[in-house]
Amino acid sequence: MKRIKISGDSVISGVIKVCGYSSILFVTLILLFLLREGLPALANVPLSSLFSTIWYPIEGYFGLLPLIGGSLMVTISATIIALPFGIGTAVYLSEVAPNWLKEILKPVVEILAGIPSVVLGFIGILVLVPFMRKAFHLATGLTGFTGAVLLGLIAIPTIVSIAEDALNNVPPAYRQAGLALGATRWQTIWGVTLPAAKTGVITAVMLGIGRALGETMAVMMVTGNAPVLPDKWNSLFLPVRTMTATIASEMGEVSSGSQHYQVLFFIGILLFLLSLMINISASLVSTRQRKRAERILS
Amino acid sequence: MDRAHRDNFKEFQIKIQVLRAFSAIMHTMRKILIVLGGIILVLLAGCTRSGANQPQQNNSDISSTSTSAYIQNAGSDTIVNLALAWAERYQKTKPEVSISVTGGGSGTGLSSLINKTTDIANASRQISPEELAAAKKAGLNPQEFVIARDAIAVIVNPENPVDHLTIEQLSRIYRGEINNWQEVGGEDRPIVRLSRETNSGTHVYFLDAVIRLGNSEDKTIFSRDTLLLPSSEGIISEVRDNPNAIGYDGLGYVTSEVKMVAISGLKTPDVYVLPSAKTVSDNSYVISRNLYMYTQNPPTGAIKDYLDWILSAEAQQIVINLGFVPVK
Repeated sequence: MKRIKISGDSVISGVIKVCGYSSILFVTLILLFLLREGLPALANVPLSSLFSTIWYPIEGYFGLLPLIGGSLMVTISATIIALPFGIGTAVYLSEVAPNWLKEILKPVVEILAGIPSVVLGFIGILVLVPFMRKAFHLATGLTGFTGAVLLGLIAIPTIVSIAEDALNNVPPAYRQAGLALGATRWQTIWGVTLPAAKTGVITAVMLGIGRALGETMAVMMVTGNAPVLPDKWNSLFLPVRTMTATIASEMGEVSSGSQHYQVLFFIGILLFLLSLMINISASLVSTRQRKRAERILS
Repeated sequence: MDRAHRDNFKEFQIKIQVLRAFSAIMHTMRKILIVLGGIILVLLAGCTRSGANQPQQNNSDISSTSTSAYIQNAGSDTIVNLALAWAERYQKTKPEVSISVTGGGSGTGLSSLINKTTDIANASRQISPEELAAAKKAGLNPQEFVIARDAIAVIVNPENPVDHLTIEQLSRIYRGEINNWQEVGGEDRPIVRLSRETNSGTHVYFLDAVIRLGNSEDKTIFSRDTLLLPSSEGIISEVRDNPNAIGYDGLGYVTSEVKMVAISGLKTPDVYVLPSAKTVSDNSYVISRNLYMYTQNPPTGAIKDYLDWILSAEAQQIVINLGFVPVK
């Protein structure tokens, strides 16, 4: 009896182990594949070409700077747009809204997260693009800013849902203590609840940034895709081209193994490194914060 | 307290655990990795082998049996509506043949022809020497068929008073040398240049025939702030909405909501011509080109029957109906 039980247990735990390890293996294989296909670009394309400012691959111009600049500018602006709305909504849902409203709003926000980005892109083209052109008197509404607004919309549900969970996990005793000391509701939220949930909120923001950086379809539809280096003060209101949009629109035409193909994979490596950096910095922030919190509490 | 935090950072804990597990694997579970890696490699090898076999089987099916056939047709977005109309009509008369049509751009179609994932590639430009070499390397002998002709219409917003341009002015606009509509007789508005993406045959044709004016020595490219839009519809919708915009698109795609511009050629700079089937046939409209279909090898069986039918009077009538220009 006993022996059978033990062996059954070990089989299941073995299977689970294999599942766990295989997912790591897949990530490693993907990384190896990326490196194998993308790194030869460094050898085959002169560095001076890779770091120039002209991207026109069918004539051999492989300047990555406009694409990197475009991605960074759109992602950072999207974060700046999504941050106040996302955290504001999370605070409202968790701290201010009455229960019945909260029960309606939270699922609605989560449904917003489920809308396919191509649908948002379509709405962007038909509504946002003409609106931007008229509102800001631009030459065209297909600009980096339009993309940033759309990306902000896409990142908000992620931020709200994770930040709200973090705020909910702050023990009620904290708020009660703040209110008992005579702080107003707003003072309690700003001085007690938000700092206590800081790490969770930062996680939420980081995941939101990751979502914005990796988004492809909606950006491709509304940013105009002109590979211009964003180096002027009004670049945000001019067309830009992001790294993801470049890969998506050009991958279909390249023959495998060509320079263009390798450079596209190299862009993939850059994107991978960027999102890795975001994840690592987020986890560094959270572990450091936890240690400090534990020290104070112990 | 600690528990609250733990819930809070669930996500990160998982990540940290993953990292820990990863380092554990690297040091202690190398064997499992090797075994798993072996399994994956075997699976991958199996996949690629069966993948390589498939097109060959398809070909032999098509050539040996005429009772039922499946033709894959992919490529140029300019041709996709025409190819769909042809496929629908052809399948009505020959229900045993099924034809699947997809777009994606001429470059996409030709590269899937080379990768043997399509039987017929639609292209709005000729196959490039590089593509031909890649096809030869893959053991193919691509065959070219001119299936229709097309005019590329230059379009602006109906509010824009400009209704004619010389081809040289058009070239200078897209080179970035003319930046305001005033310089070509319009209002004081910036010019927003629209183009298809670089995988579009229309893009490549426009670069050669308009921007470089057919001069192969010329290495000028599109002005860098040209907007590269992923679809024909994207260009039409921006031109319809934006009075600053100028774009180009196949004649078959132009709707009544945008305005076509009359163009004059290099030799007759004061004769402006609007694109139409008639002006393409008599060669008075200068921005026109052939549309092609490519097969992997000299066609046989169902593919040959289909291509023969495409050049028949019945199929060429569909060409006229869709706003293109017939071959004969």
